[in-house]
Parts: sequence; C-alpha cells; structure tokens
Amino acid sequence: MAEFLTTPLGIGIYIVAQILLLVVPLLVALAFLMYADRKIWAAVQMRRGPNVVGFFGLMQSFADFLKYIVKEVVIPAGADRAVFLMAPLVSLVMALVAWAVIPFNETMVISNINVAILYVFAVSSLEVYGVIMGGWASNSKYPFLGALRSAAQMISYEVSIGLIIIGVILTTGSMNFGDIVNAQKGDYGMLNWYWLPHFPMMILFFISALAETNRPPFDLPEAESELVAGYQVEYSSTPFLLYMIGELVAVVLMCALVALLFLGGWLSPIPGLPDGMLWMFAKMGFVFFFFSMIKAITPRYRYDQLMRLGWKVFLPFSLGWVVFVAFAAKFDWFWGAYARWSVGGG
Amino acid sequence: MTVFAFYLFAISAITGGLFTVLSRQPVHSVLWLILAFLSSAGLFILLGAEFIAMLLVIVYVGAVMVLFLFVVMMLDVDFAAMKADMARYMPLGLLFGLIILMQFVMAFGAWDANAAAEGLRAQVTPTDMHNTQALGMILYDEYWLLFQLSGLILLVAMIGAIVLTMRHRTGIKRQDAITQMMRDPAKAMELKDVKPGQGL
Amino acid sequence: MIQSDLSIILPEIILAVYAMAALMAAVYTSKDAMAPLLTWVTGGLMVALAGWIATNGEGTNIAFNGMFIDDGFARFAKVAILLAAASVLVMSQDYMTRRGMLAFEFPLLVALSVVGMMMMVSAGDLMSLYMGLELQSLALYVIAAMRRDSVKSTEAGLKYFVLGALSSGLLLYGASLVYGYSGTTLFSGIILTAQHGEVSLGLLFGLVFLISGMAFKVSAVPFHMWTPDVYEGAPTPVTAFFATAPKVAAMGLFARVLYDAFGLAVADWSQVIALLSVASMFLGAVAAIGQRDIKRMMAYSSIAHMGFALMGLAAGTVFGVQAMLIYMAIYVTMNVGAFAFILMMEKDGVPVTDIRSLNQYAKRAPGRALAMLILLFSLAGVPPMLGFFGKFYVLRAAYEGGLAWLAVAGVIASVIGAFYYLRIVYYMYFGDEGEGLDKSGSPVLWGFLMASAAVMLLGIINMFGVEGAAAAAAAALVN
Repeated sequence: MAEFLTTPLGIGIYIVAQILLLVVPLLVALAFLMYADRKIWAAVQMRRGPNVVGFFGLMQSFADFLKYIVKEVVIPAGADRAVFLMAPLVSLVMALVAWAVIPFNETMVISNINVAILYVFAVSSLEVYGVIMGGWASNSKYPFLGALRSAAQMISYEVSIGLIIIGVILTTGSMNFGDIVNAQKGDYGMLNWYWLPHFPMMILFFISALAETNRPPFDLPEAESELVAGYQVEYSSTPFLLYMIGELVAVVLMCALVALLFLGGWLSPIPGLPDGMLWMFAKMGFVFFFFSMIKAITPRYRYDQLMRLGWKVFLPFSLGWVVFVAFAAKFDWFWGAYARWSVGGG
Repeated sequence: MTVFAFYLFAISAITGGLFTVLSRQPVHSVLWLILAFLSSAGLFILLGAEFIAMLLVIVYVGAVMVLFLFVVMMLDVDFAAMKADMARYMPLGLLFGLIILMQFVMAFGAWDANAAAEGLRAQVTPTDMHNTQALGMILYDEYWLLFQLSGLILLVAMIGAIVLTMRHRTGIKRQDAITQMMRDPAKAMELKDVKPGQGL
Repeated sequence: MIQSDLSIILPEIILAVYAMAALMAAVYTSKDAMAPLLTWVTGGLMVALAGWIATNGEGTNIAFNGMFIDDGFARFAKVAILLAAASVLVMSQDYMTRRGMLAFEFPLLVALSVVGMMMMVSAGDLMSLYMGLELQSLALYVIAAMRRDSVKSTEAGLKYFVLGALSSGLLLYGASLVYGYSGTTLFSGIILTAQHGEVSLGLLFGLVFLISGMAFKVSAVPFHMWTPDVYEGAPTPVTAFFATAPKVAAMGLFARVLYDAFGLAVADWSQVIALLSVASMFLGAVAAIGQRDIKRMMAYSSIAHMGFALMGLAAGTVFGVQAMLIYMAIYVTMNVGAFAFILMMEKDGVPVTDIRSLNQYAKRAPGRALAMLILLFSLAGVPPMLGFFGKFYVLRAAYEGGLAWLAVAGVIASVIGAFYYLRIVYYMYFGDEGEGLDKSGSPVLWGFLMASAAVMLLGIINMFGVEGAAAAAAAALVN
C-alpha cells in the first residue's frame, strides 16, 4: 500500500481522495450555511424563514438543489454558448481551488506551500472572470452592465485586500498559513491573535471581503432594483446553481481567511484548552454570522459611494497601515506585537 | 509526475498562444491569452519559482487582462475592415516574419555562450534560501536603484494619466461625503404639526 | 556602501525629490496658479545642479555595483542636458501662460524626464539604461500630448507613444539577446565576454537591435518617421525641448553603450553607425527642402544634425567622441536660439509657423532678423560661425578614423542642406511684401535669441573651453 502511493497512479488517487475529502463536506456544510443565512435574515425581519422541508426546514437547501438541476437550461439565442456555459464553472472552480491551501489545523491541508496566502489572493482575483464572462456571453444589456460593475468593484477592493494582507505578512515574516497561525500563538490566548494589533485592518478586510464577494451592502452587480439580477439575468437551472454555489463558497473562503489571518485559526481562545479543528470551524461560523447579519441590516450602497469608499478611504488607510506596520515591526514597538518573525518564517 | 505536469502546462500554453492569434472573436483571444498566462505560471512553479508564478497570476491575469477584457468588450471592432487591411499588409508582414525567423535560426544556431558568461550568470542565484526571500534580497539590496527608478516611472505614468484625462468642470453639482455626514437634522428639517383638513 | 552610492547619485536624487515635493505642494495648494513660479524654480534648480556637477565631479565613480557610472563623459552630457532643459523651460513659461497651456505638471514632467536622461548617460547596466530611457520617454509622450484639446497635439503624443513603445521593444529584445549571450547585463561584464574571443553572432544581433532602439530615440534614418509629425503637432515649447535635451541624452546613451559595452568590437558596429549617419544626413537635407512649416523643417534639420553627430561616433576613436560631444553642445545652443525665434513668431497673438510669413521680417525687426541670420548660417555650417567648427570636427574625426567616404558624403549633404536654411534668410531680407508678423515676444525669448547668436560668433575664439572639457570627457569614456 505504502509502495503503491509512490507510483504516479497512486499519487493521483491520493490527491483525488484528499480533494474529495475536502470538497464533499464543504458542499454539504454549504447547504446548511445557506439555510442558516436565510434563517438569520428571516429572524431579523421577524419572519419564520424556511420551515417546511424537513425538520425546521433543514432540508430546504437540498430541495432547492433538486429543483435547480431538474429544470431546463435556457441559453439565449444571441449568447456565446461556450463562454456562457463556462462562466459559472469558472466561478465555482475558482472558488473551490483556493481551498487547496487552507489549513484546518496543523496538518490538515492539501497543499502546504510557501506562498499560500499569495495563492489565495491570486485565485480570488480570478473569480472576477466568472462574472465578466457570464455578463458578456449573455449578449444582453443588464448582464453586461452588471459584469462591468462587478469587475470594477472586485478589482478596486482587491487592492486594499492585498495591502491588508501585506501588513499581516510583514508581522509574520512568512506567507504560509501555518506560520501565520503559529505566530499568533502565545500565553494569553485570544489576546495574542492578530485581531488586536491589526484591529482596524480586520474591519477593513471584512468590509472588503463583502465587496469582493458581491455580498450586500455591496451587491451592485446584481442590484435587483436597477439591473434585475445583473450578470445572472439570463442564467437558469444548473448554471445558475453553479453561480450560487460559487458565490457562497467564496464567502465561506473569506470567513476562513478572516479566521486564519486575524482570529488565530485553530488556536484556542482560552489558554489551557487544547487547540484544534473545531475552533477553526467555530470561528468561521462566527464570521459567517456577521456576513448574514450585515446582509440583513444594511441598505445597499450607491455605486459612486462604493468606489469612493474603496479608492479614497480604504486604499490610503491600508497603505498607511502597511507603512506603520513596517516601522512597528522594524523598531519593535508595542513589545514586539508587530514583529513575530521568530515564531513565523525566517 | 513532473514530466506529465510539464507537458500539460506546456501544451496548454502553446495552445493558448496559438488561439490568441487565430481566434476570430477578440474576447475569445483574450480568454485564450489568459489560459496561456495561467499555464506559464504553472511552468514557473515547476521551475521552483513559486513567487514569480503567483505574481504573474495576480498582476497579469488578475489585473492587466481584466482591463484588456474591458477594453476589448467595449470596443466596436470592424472585422471586415480589419480583414481588408490584413490582406494588404500580409505579404510585407510575412516577409518580416521570415526575416526574423531566419535571424532566430542564425542566432540560436550559433549558440556559444562562453565560459566567462556562464560564470557571470551563476552569480545571481543564491542557494541557501527560498526564492521569495532571495528575490527580496536582490530587489531591495542589489537592485535598489532600479526598484526606485521603476517607482518614478510609475509616478510619471500616473501624472500623465491625470494630466491627459482629468478635467475640472465648472458648474456641476458635486457630492461631498464629509459635508453630507456633518449635516445636522435639526437645521435641515422642520417639523410641522398639520391639522386635519387644513393644510399648511 | 549605500552611503557612498547615494552621494554619487545625489544630483539625480535632488531633482527627483524636488519634483515629487513640488508636485505635492502644487496639488494641495494653488494648482496651476503656481505653474509659472514652478517653471522658473525648476529651471533655476537645473542650472544650479549643472553648475554643481560641472565644478564638483572628479574622476570616475561607480555606484550600485556598476549600474551607475559617474565619469567625465556623464558629467559633460549632464551639464548640457540640464542647461538645455532649463533654457527651454524658462523660454516656454511666457508662451504657455499666455495661451493657458501651462499646467503645473509641465515643469515637473520635464524635471522627471531630465532625471531619466541623467540616468541614461550614466547607465552602466542594460537595466538601468532601459529604466532611464523609459522614464525619459514616458514623460515626453505626455508633454507631447499636453494640449489635449488639439487634434494635432494628441496625434503627436499618440504617434510618439506607439512608435516609442515599438522601439523600446526592439531595444529590450536586443538587451535580452545580449544578456543571453554574455550572461550579464553589466556593461563591464559584456565587454569582458567580448574580450574572450570574437563577438559571437548572437551578441551581434543583440547589438544591432540595441542600436535600432537607440537610433529611434535620436531619430536617425530609418527610424525617423515620427519626428516631423511629433515636432509639428506638439506645442512649440515642447518641440523646443524635444530638439535639445533628449537628443543629447540619447547620443550620450549611444556612446555609452557602444564604448562601454562594445568598445572592443569597434569594427562590428562602426559600419552600422556610418550607414545610419549617411542616411540621416541626406534624408534630413533633402526632405527639409519641401517643407513650409518651420517646425517640420526643424525636425528634418535635427535628423540631419543627428547624422553628423553619429559620424563622430562612427569614427570609433577618442577624437570621434570628442567631436560628437562638441557637435552636440553647439547643436543644442543653436537650437535654443532658433526656437526662441520660432516662439516669437506670432500674429495677433496666434502662433504662426509658415516660413513665408517671415517675408520682409528684416525691415520690421532688424536685430532679431540678424540674430536669426547668424543662427541659420551656423546651422547650415557656413564658415565663420561656430556651427562650421562642429561640422569640421566630426568630418575630421571621420577622416582620421578611416571613413573618408563618410566625410565626403557629409560635405555634400551639408551643401544640399544649406539651401533651406538660406531660403529663410532670403525670405527675411528679400521676400515679397505682405502681411507680416507682429514684433512681439517676451524679453526672455529675445535674450536667449541674442545670447545664442552671440555665442555662435564669439565662440570661434576659444569655444568657451568646451573643447577641452569634451576632450577630457571623451578620454574618460574611451579607454
């Protein structure tokens, strides 16, 4: 058996098994997160939310899933078929491949690479193609407008996300998630995590993540009051489902990133309790709860306000923060809170 | 395994490049070009240059090609006119292509980088650190001057873009977020108690 | 190490930091209202830097592991560049302010492009060469299109940009070939590999591509196509700038690459340069005859002059480099004067560039006409003027370098070229009566015109010591 795993076929099977082990639970979890999202939203508005299919409506997502896949796929006459069908796939696949480097604890990671955080950043910058391709291939006005909006929005907020990440990298001295989490380890539990020294950046990252994933209040690409459903107007059935899943996977990925970068990943918040995967899941759930709440309680931004926020507020602020962190790390300000190179990489 | 990955990336890079040129629809060309970029990023990873690979994806695919796609999607390209031009310039283009090809053959046929050249080339590749760190050492230490100069070049590009496109229009309404937020509801609104059937 | 490096590139740092600080200051305060002041301050700073470089530099200093070379040659070129840029800036202020074209970015873009030029003449590495070149060109593309509401100006900017990008591509391709075959981007390393044997075929290809890229920047034939359109379309002060400082920088870069990196392979590139030279001289002389627009004419004139300067390089000797430097110094002085005159050509406040509008100009403004006469004679290379000595030097260098045929061709081209310069003199003194130009123009322009003409006359005594400085500079480059 051990010998078999060193042959090319063995390695291939091993990798596929790892991927399945990640993707299948992820997608199942997604069904319940979708349910949670709707329940929270309903609770804020004092409605009941889904409560018919299964106990308390728990099976609602699976019912939706079935409905989507058995419906007919409608492709508009003027559409560019190949690109039209590829777009949702790109959206989903790009959201899924980023998970390859996300660790759930010390060892649970498919690929433990040096430039993991750059990889996630690179892949998430590719997600915009799903939206642009879909909007363009639909050959219709609203989808096109939605795609243009979305592309501008995602690129704008990627800039500040990149700068925020640089702050974290500077503090850690490594781009590996394992190193980043280990650098947050210390005697004081959650007080050692990066949310404390990098607090403003955690807020900025969270807001940028909302914009990056086209979540409310930044859901302008699909703003139904203006663009019907933006780039998704012409999509139906399974392709639409793929878009939905891709979007949600990206949201959960952002939750994982917040957990890893600022909330100590799998580390236990209270000194003495053992670290572990459960903490990671709990933190992701915690962040996801905020995603849902924001969706429920904030009104949608106007497009120019969104751009102004990205370029005139977030960009200068995060750039200034990088400069600050660079000084703080170099000259060891605040008892070394910004220079944890001995724990991180070298 | 590596060999398999190499051929996968190499073939898809070449296919991407080929269809970038052959594709009739410009948007498809851009998409093929993206494939070519992604495959070359894969090739970089096989070479052990993971940092460069990621930068290639982030900068070229994530930013530059998106702008490209924007421009191409917005452009109204007249294919008939383009084809007519193509036929006109084709012979000349082919001639130049042929000449450059011959030059390539001559130049690379006589490949004889001498011993001194080999020695000089090896100098810049450190072996005792991973390549992100090595790049940092080279970029911020040895090539400090060039790094700063490229900053200046980008500054000039930015000034240029602003000089050539920004217009200070007069007589239009502008929004100032700060003043909007500083508005005092007590001054902006007046509450009146309207009696039924009377109006103001 | 870093401190000594920084002290060597201090002039560049000062200029760059000044440009950035002034940019910030102008953006956050009065914007374009500050532009005239900034123009004069920038000009003043450049003159001060030129004085500093001229008096303080000593010997050959190498910084940043050989990427930056500060030697006599670089200093000579830098002084010429800085003085030329400063004169053009000061000359353009009044002209641009009156037409509402003077944005505060203009002097700062010029300053940044001068930083690029200073990097170019000091480059000791293919990469710093390219960086300097791009910094310079990018700023030039922008100021060419500065009048964005004028179709001609934007066309000039766009044309310059597209062709400039193409030439940068050629240059980069050449640089990559050179790197591939020599294993290093440092000029000192390239010359070492060339020493170990014959220059290999690949290296030669790289060199030819490098030369094509640089020939574009000096607008030598056959890479000259952009020049007339850009000169005509760009605002006149910008044209004046194009005709002076960047040309010195590009020639300096040319000499730097040829001698520092390929100095041991003179035989390999001498023929190429000679060919560029002879083609430029003849095309510049012949094509200018048909021009009615004085800015287009000056474009062809500058092409021809670059041909003569390249002749000095083609000689491949110390004396050749010295002749090239002297020629460039004289050329820049003449052009500053000539453009001061062109900037004064206007009628009812509108600039005029048709040469026939100069009819009978001598009757209305005898002083200016006389000064222009001296400058035109000098541009044509008519004996007692300084321009003749410039030509004499390069011709002698070519002859002594064993390129007698090139010298003969130079003489013929200069005789053909004299025609169109003298035609302007004819219009000014013997032309038909007609609607003439105004006798306007700021005292600054008048001063530059007169000073430049005076230099052309008085310079024949001892050339103000430029000869000796050029000899020292040439010796520093070729060794």
